[in-house]
Amino acid sequence: MLRQLRPAIMMMVLLTVITGIIYPFAITGIGQAVFPTQANGSLIDKDGKVIGSSLIGQNFTGEKYFRGRPSATTDTDPNDSTKTISVPYKADASTGSNLGPTSKALMDRVKGDVDTLKAGSDQPVPVDLVTTSGSGLDPDITPAGAEFQVTRVAKARGMSPDAVRRLVAQATERRTFGVLGEAHVNVLALNLALDAAQPAK
Amino acid sequence: MTVNGILQIAIFCIAIIALVRPLGGYMTRVFNGDKTFLSPVFRPVERVLYAASGVRPEVEQSWRVYGVAMLLFSLAGSVSLYAIFRLQDILPLNPQGFPALPPELALNTAISFVTNTNWQFYSGESTMSYLSQMIGLTVHNFVSAATGIALAMAIIRGFARRSAKTVGNFWVDLTRCVLYILMPVAIVYALFLIWQGVPQTLAAYVDATTLEGAKQTIAVGPVASQEAIKMLGTNGGGFFNGNSAHPFENPTALSNLIQMISIFSMGAALTNVFGRMVGRERQGWALFGVMGLLFLAGTFIVYPVEAGGNPAIAAMGVDQSVGPGQVGGNMEGKEVRFGIANSSLFTVVTTDTSCGAVNNMHDSLMPLAGMIPLINIQLGEIIFGGVGSGLYGMLMFAIIAVFVAGLMVGRTPEYIGKKLEAREVKMSILAILILPLSILGFTAIATVVPQGIATLTNSGPHGFSEILYAYTSATGNNGSAFAGLGPNMFWQVTMAIAMFMGRFLFIVPMLAVAGSLAAKKIVPPSAGTFPTDNGLFVALLIGVILIVGGLTFFPALALGPVVEHLAMQAGSMF
Repeated sequence: MLRQLRPAIMMMVLLTVITGIIYPFAITGIGQAVFPTQANGSLIDKDGKVIGSSLIGQNFTGEKYFRGRPSATTDTDPNDSTKTISVPYKADASTGSNLGPTSKALMDRVKGDVDTLKAGSDQPVPVDLVTTSGSGLDPDITPAGAEFQVTRVAKARGMSPDAVRRLVAQATERRTFGVLGEAHVNVLALNLALDAAQPAK
Repeated sequence: MTVNGILQIAIFCIAIIALVRPLGGYMTRVFNGDKTFLSPVFRPVERVLYAASGVRPEVEQSWRVYGVAMLLFSLAGSVSLYAIFRLQDILPLNPQGFPALPPELALNTAISFVTNTNWQFYSGESTMSYLSQMIGLTVHNFVSAATGIALAMAIIRGFARRSAKTVGNFWVDLTRCVLYILMPVAIVYALFLIWQGVPQTLAAYVDATTLEGAKQTIAVGPVASQEAIKMLGTNGGGFFNGNSAHPFENPTALSNLIQMISIFSMGAALTNVFGRMVGRERQGWALFGVMGLLFLAGTFIVYPVEAGGNPAIAAMGVDQSVGPGQVGGNMEGKEVRFGIANSSLFTVVTTDTSCGAVNNMHDSLMPLAGMIPLINIQLGEIIFGGVGSGLYGMLMFAIIAVFVAGLMVGRTPEYIGKKLEAREVKMSILAILILPLSILGFTAIATVVPQGIATLTNSGPHGFSEILYAYTSATGNNGSAFAGLGPNMFWQVTMAIAMFMGRFLFIVPMLAVAGSLAAKKIVPPSAGTFPTDNGLFVALLIGVILIVGGLTFFPALALGPVVEHLAMQAGSMF
């Protein structure tokens, strides 16, 4: 038995060096050299400042911007450290709601979101606009979810709905190779395009 | 369901079938010690490892020594992992300044990663330093997977050899698996993931000022290197809490497809390694057929159920239909870029195997869709399964199936030319019984002690499902969760015990079977031999799996997902 002890310890040490040190450092080196943008988080700079990542959703609240999906991310309540408060799109605390299909808490939340959205529109509400994503950081909405918001954004900006629709169409990413995944609209990219077409101030 | 959804599932299936023979052939050569195109690179490394560890690669081991070596290696891993977590605050590469893990969390996490489970009672981005992720978790993503494959090799050799006293050398199998199989694929795979958008940096988290002027701290890190082996080794522990739903772990539809393929590929190829090593590839394809049919059955339950959406949400005037520009269905806990088809498929793939990575939150699945992952794991994760563990789990069921067939016709059962006698059947039954003992035993305890139900997110039958899922996932070494369940001392300790039982109490009887089979002669097939490479055997094996594996858990499933489904139909909320 004890004859296997030395290999057990030595193999653990040596394989740690190979798979835990050489491998990740080599990948970091190559990744930083070949794909520097992606390796650092696909960050977007504007006037020399980081305004976010093209892969990570942001919490938009203003009338002049398209909004993303509800987000279940939370933070510790600053007033009571035993409680948490909702902080949507907290990008260092990813999480889903983990509420089941028969959860009262889920139904109350969805109902609240539906009522808010219906106050501004008589169209049926696309499901992605009232459900939280798995990560809480989903950067995308569906094209239907964008269409649902076109009238509101156009009105707030004094643009024609068709001009806004054109920007939505430009920001829509189709299925990869026409097959994989689902068509989606990156909300941050769309809002940046809106600002470029007509500054939000 | 949509035509496109079915097409995406079909593309996945074709990719898996196409990989079986090439990958199986390569793995067979590696474990037989034959020369491969990577030998010039890795032979010298191999020699250094053996010399430094005092391993004589030409000396083979009996099943007992093989088992002891595996257990000591796992023990060494657990101790070093526990130490890294406890010392995290004084070790380097901790740009966010995270404190050391508390003892019970360190214990739970160490057992979790050593047993290839990767259950996580922590959020990676707010708990683990880069060092812990790299020299702690990434390492065990490699070696726990390699340990599983090594064990499968020992068991395959038990079937393939005649009158042999040994089943291979654990250290050689382990080393070759890491160097020749996992490492080369992981390198290419990690670079692919970076290209798709997965970060790989040692710099601190990024502070951004959003378009509306709010502060957003974006967690990054050496993600791609861990993500690659997380999928390939059916580990499943995410760098981030959001796991493969997080855009930094799984940014695109293409990365998602490759992640699913990489979860299945090794387990599928191992059926071919088995066939080649016992001298008849058809024997491997029969096992592949059983796995494939059970996989399709699960997929085509989850997908339509999820696509149907939630009736309570439909009643609020929400559009859950699939249409142009619309994903529809039950989107709670799912990402838009994946939609329903890819989320459903990922759920089945990750629980058929012992992976447990998730690209959508299983806690928010519809009741009957959430039941499929439970069943998949409770059957023993034999549908392609964990790397290695899936194959030996399936072989255990094959032994039982042949035994049952032998009883029906009154002949001594044989499998792959080996007579199965009392010892092999007893050991297989012993291994099978570990699952219900741990899953149902711990679930029963947790539902009656206050600490067990103190940290549930959901109540009613869904709360019971959360408990059942936790012990199912831990015992099956899966690691996915109905993740509303929070940690406390009770959960951290009992889950660690369940993970340990599910891994090691299952492996030891299976190694004993390997040892006793290796010692037997090979009986030439006669007119009375029950063929184990045709459709009849596939049907019989599926029947045995569903009856032996499935019926055991039916009462527990009835209390959780089935009751919840009926309550939902009746409009009840909890």
